[in-house]
Amino acid sequence: MNLHKKPLTVAVALVSLAVMASAQAEISDGEVRIGYLADMSGTYRDLGGPGGLAALEMAVADFGGSVNGAPIVVFSADDRNSADVGANTVREWIDQRNVDLVAGLVASSVVIAATRVLEENGGLGIVSGAAASSITNEHCTPNHIHWVYDTYPLANGTAKAIVEQGGDSWFLLTADYAFGHALEADVTKVVEENGGEIVGSVRHPFPTSDFSSYILQAQGSGASIVGLANAGADTVNAITAASQFGLTQSGQQLAGLLVFLNDVHAMGLDDTQGLLLTTGWYWDMDEASREWAQRYFDEVGRMPTMVQAGIYSSTMHYLQAVEAADTDDPATVRATMAEAPIEDFFARNGRIREDGRMVHDMYLAQVKTPEASTGEWDLYEILSTIPAEEAYRPLTESQCKLVNR
Amino acid sequence: MTTLLGVPIAVFMGQLTLGLVNGAFYALLSLGLAVIFGLLKIVNFAHGAQYMLGAFAALLSMRYFGTNYWAALVLVPLVIGGLGMLLERFLLRRIAHLDHLYGLLLTFGLALIFEGTLVNFFGVSGARYATPEALQGGLNLGFMFLPTYRAWVLVAALGMCLFTWFMIERTRLGAYLRAGTENAALMQAFGVNVPLLVTLTYGFGVGLAAFAGVLAAPLYPVSPTMGSSLLIVVFAVVVIGGMGSILGAIVTGLAMGVIEGLTKVYYPEAANTVIFLVMILVLLLRPAGLFGKEA
Repeated sequence: MNLHKKPLTVAVALVSLAVMASAQAEISDGEVRIGYLADMSGTYRDLGGPGGLAALEMAVADFGGSVNGAPIVVFSADDRNSADVGANTVREWIDQRNVDLVAGLVASSVVIAATRVLEENGGLGIVSGAAASSITNEHCTPNHIHWVYDTYPLANGTAKAIVEQGGDSWFLLTADYAFGHALEADVTKVVEENGGEIVGSVRHPFPTSDFSSYILQAQGSGASIVGLANAGADTVNAITAASQFGLTQSGQQLAGLLVFLNDVHAMGLDDTQGLLLTTGWYWDMDEASREWAQRYFDEVGRMPTMVQAGIYSSTMHYLQAVEAADTDDPATVRATMAEAPIEDFFARNGRIREDGRMVHDMYLAQVKTPEASTGEWDLYEILSTIPAEEAYRPLTESQCKLVNR
Repeated sequence: MTTLLGVPIAVFMGQLTLGLVNGAFYALLSLGLAVIFGLLKIVNFAHGAQYMLGAFAALLSMRYFGTNYWAALVLVPLVIGGLGMLLERFLLRRIAHLDHLYGLLLTFGLALIFEGTLVNFFGVSGARYATPEALQGGLNLGFMFLPTYRAWVLVAALGMCLFTWFMIERTRLGAYLRAGTENAALMQAFGVNVPLLVTLTYGFGVGLAAFAGVLAAPLYPVSPTMGSSLLIVVFAVVVIGGMGSILGAIVTGLAMGVIEGLTKVYYPEAANTVIFLVMILVLLLRPAGLFGKEA
């Protein structure tokens, strides 16, 4: 089009653009921009990773692709489990790509660094993958929400249940870094409060592939329970070695403190049957979760982990808040999100507390025996529900600066 | 109970045995590296990936063709070794006249490509490879329960190490190889096909890595990243033993397995670092390695 010859057309176009812009005045740059940051290629890839991005994109599509006329734009990056890479990516997204929400957020170390950047720049993040309970305790910020689970209910669920069933002497295999130490401390507290005893522990380097030596030490300790205060490949390797050395045949029981669906799927039921674990969600919990999981399965080809389901749930809740508030201003959206209770296929009795913790019902589950399992992904049996208000660290014990006590 | 340095003697013996098993494994892997470096002067950074490919080939051939463990133990090293020969013939040979650094970069790049491709298709969680029926169960050694499979790994890895050492140091073919690396032009003049020897040697080194991969498949979850974590340790073993020394790789591999095993009892936090401490000490005191010849 030759602009010099059609002044009227240009004027009309400009006016209509201006009208459209004023209608979306509250949504910055006319778009809701979501950046997905996660480990896309390393140890934590399968619990979040590309499958989490698929869940996020499902949520955006189900929402209709736009909020109050403003299109939703999704982009992603691999943090490679490096706090540096994660923090720099978030900084770049804020400076150059006008990101409105940072989603995903898996490794605890990356999350603590990234949320600091969000706080300095007034952004908003929803943490779905990370475990450390410190993310909404000493590291809490007004700029992030922690969605799926954390180390507090993991200890509170699994360890407590096991001690109550009579497993009162524990040997702990702990990953030798911040997450493992935190989990070890939480577990020790729960075991001792419930009348049990920690008879020994080993802090193994992260990551470790050969656990045979540590399993031998656990066998020699005489403890009735061998607790695994580690995650991902370390847990898989430890359970595999325990099976080879006949740990459970000799009368000891394993307790996995952070076990994901993909870990159990990878190891198979022969090695994992009977394992107790705490989870924030399981695909086969009820009709709503089954229905969503089946849609996810049709899209991705694997059943979703609790992290991937949580990414869908949290993205949906975020988009609903943006729609209700008609703005993507981080502080307003976060306040709107906290006002609405969360009841969907993922969360029961969910609400966002002032420290940013989304508390919801958690579940004590047991890995099925090969005989009881009816399919490739029929892996857990839910034993009991841990009510939302009991599962997480009470605010009376909180060190978060946002909590008035 | 009798104790040794504060640890019950039974526990000590158990850890010693496990250390030997792991050591045999290190020996087998570092042997492949040492053969390739000693005879070809290639720093083979793809060795970890080739080990991983061995484990994957065993897993996939079982899944899709029903190949059993024993067949895989023979066939997989041949197939992956063959792949190695293609790499040597079409890629490594083109840069053979350049500095070592180029070979290192090329093999490192190949390793990343192999790993990345498999991560894309199989993820990182890993898959289980069932222990062959004949090797299930365990042996009661009095001081410990040793899974039969680990005892087999010790025997098979050491057997393969000795076979390799014998081939290179005690046979005519081995003599040709060693002579070819000393003076390729002269060997060529005597009518020996040196380029073919080089290709075969690289293929053999890669085959050793794949053999180790098949041995490892029932022990650890088979995952695309299983080789990269091991590669650094194995390189340290080769440096300690002396780059290119066959006997050095075997003896050092065993020794490092035992040292690492005992560290896991006395100070587990340092288990991942102890081998590198030894490496620093050796480099300071004997820069050519324990069994290396001073240049």
